[in-house]
Amino acid sequence: MSDRRKIKVKINGKDYEREVETRLLLSDFIRHECRLTGTHVGCEHGVCGACTIHFDGRTARSCLMLAVQANGHELYTVESLANADGSLNPLQEAMRDNHGLQCGYCTPGVLMTLTEHLRDTPDTDEPKVREALSGHLCRCTGYQGIVDAALDAAGRYKKLGKTP
Amino acid sequence: MKPAPFTYHDPKTADEAADLLGRLENARVLAGGQSLMPMMNFRYVMPDHIVDINNIAELSYIRNAGGTLSFGALTRQREIEFSDEVKAACPIITEALHWVGHRQTRNRGTIGGSICHMDPSAELCAVTALLDGTLTAKSNGGDRKINMAEFGQGFMSTALTDGEMLTDISVQLWPKGHGYAYEEFARRHGDFAIAASGCLVEVAGGTIKRASIVVSGVRPNPVRLTAAENALAGQKPSDKLAEEVATEAGKIDAMEDAYVTADYRKHLGQVMVKRALKRAFARAAGGVG
Repeated sequence: MSDRRKIKVKINGKDYEREVETRLLLSDFIRHECRLTGTHVGCEHGVCGACTIHFDGRTARSCLMLAVQANGHELYTVESLANADGSLNPLQEAMRDNHGLQCGYCTPGVLMTLTEHLRDTPDTDEPKVREALSGHLCRCTGYQGIVDAALDAAGRYKKLGKTP
Repeated sequence: MKPAPFTYHDPKTADEAADLLGRLENARVLAGGQSLMPMMNFRYVMPDHIVDINNIAELSYIRNAGGTLSFGALTRQREIEFSDEVKAACPIITEALHWVGHRQTRNRGTIGGSICHMDPSAELCAVTALLDGTLTAKSNGGDRKINMAEFGQGFMSTALTDGEMLTDISVQLWPKGHGYAYEEFARRHGDFAIAASGCLVEVAGGTIKRASIVVSGVRPNPVRLTAAENALAGQKPSDKLAEEVATEAGKIDAMEDAYVTADYRKHLGQVMVKRALKRAFARAAGGVG
């Protein structure tokens, strides 16, 4: 008999109630149970950063958590970033304009990390951005485009007088 | 991959957790999960029971009293990293934490989890050894104190016995104005270090009163360079002195693997001690010259 639990998780402001196997990874819960497939799964052992989400306001690797551990907690995924009308937010626009992505596999995790980074460090600089990105693997861009995008986005948010 | 099936337990108190660990076979404590979860995903580890301690609020704290700084085992690395109190009382912990994994893993990873995992290059194991730490292990039979010097029992092994869990990590504070530095060499920032060293020095009237030196990544558990520490006492701090005593790190019987030879590890250990000591000397108040 598999060990199962009923859980309720708030993702991007919406409640999801499911009965899940206790060994189900949070990343698989988000993708398979909640059908939020924006969160990507790369390595499944906490190295690549593609599955990074916000857990109670802080970045975390969703492949290193169990879905049951999210019971009663609040999550945000990459689907939460775009504006209500579906247009891109300033960080996403900066990623597009600076060639911050090519295949897009690592992008959801990168966006969640940069969202936290720009929120915590509006006056960021290149070394800080590179350190924030050190928990992500990208095999397309060589990171330069992502770094440029992050610095560009910091400027855009500053101009708008807000943080992501 | 995915974890093999297990039965999940989420106790609300430390007593409850100790009770579960005392009666369940092949049970593992799940703290921040930044080491155990990958091992379960790979099925290197297949526990029959997971005792998730993340809901035990009493295991998360930072306390500074009577010259001792104490951490609950579940205290997140992030909380320690950003604690002004820790930075003021024991800045080497803050400095070492910058080398621990990445923002995303420090948000979730815990001090107790890192120490129990006992990775050879774990920064938190190294600084706890450097600061003469005392650990508290809890079981359904009561509490037991273990010196950090005796906690490491070989590669990824600790002195914890079946049914025990780590609850508290306490370190001895050094006087204000002490010199400190943590140096590490890894192939990429956030990777596991090949070698690292932490140093503390207390200087008074231009003379070293006391020193503590730890080398990590070179042996399975952190190594204190007691001979070098003793050799420093009573001397005047200088770059030359740092270079001389760092040779003690070259005497460690170093590990070897497919990527790094024992000789290279020893060499790096020596370089890390030298760099850390030089910076610690420079930071020490009390008449360095």
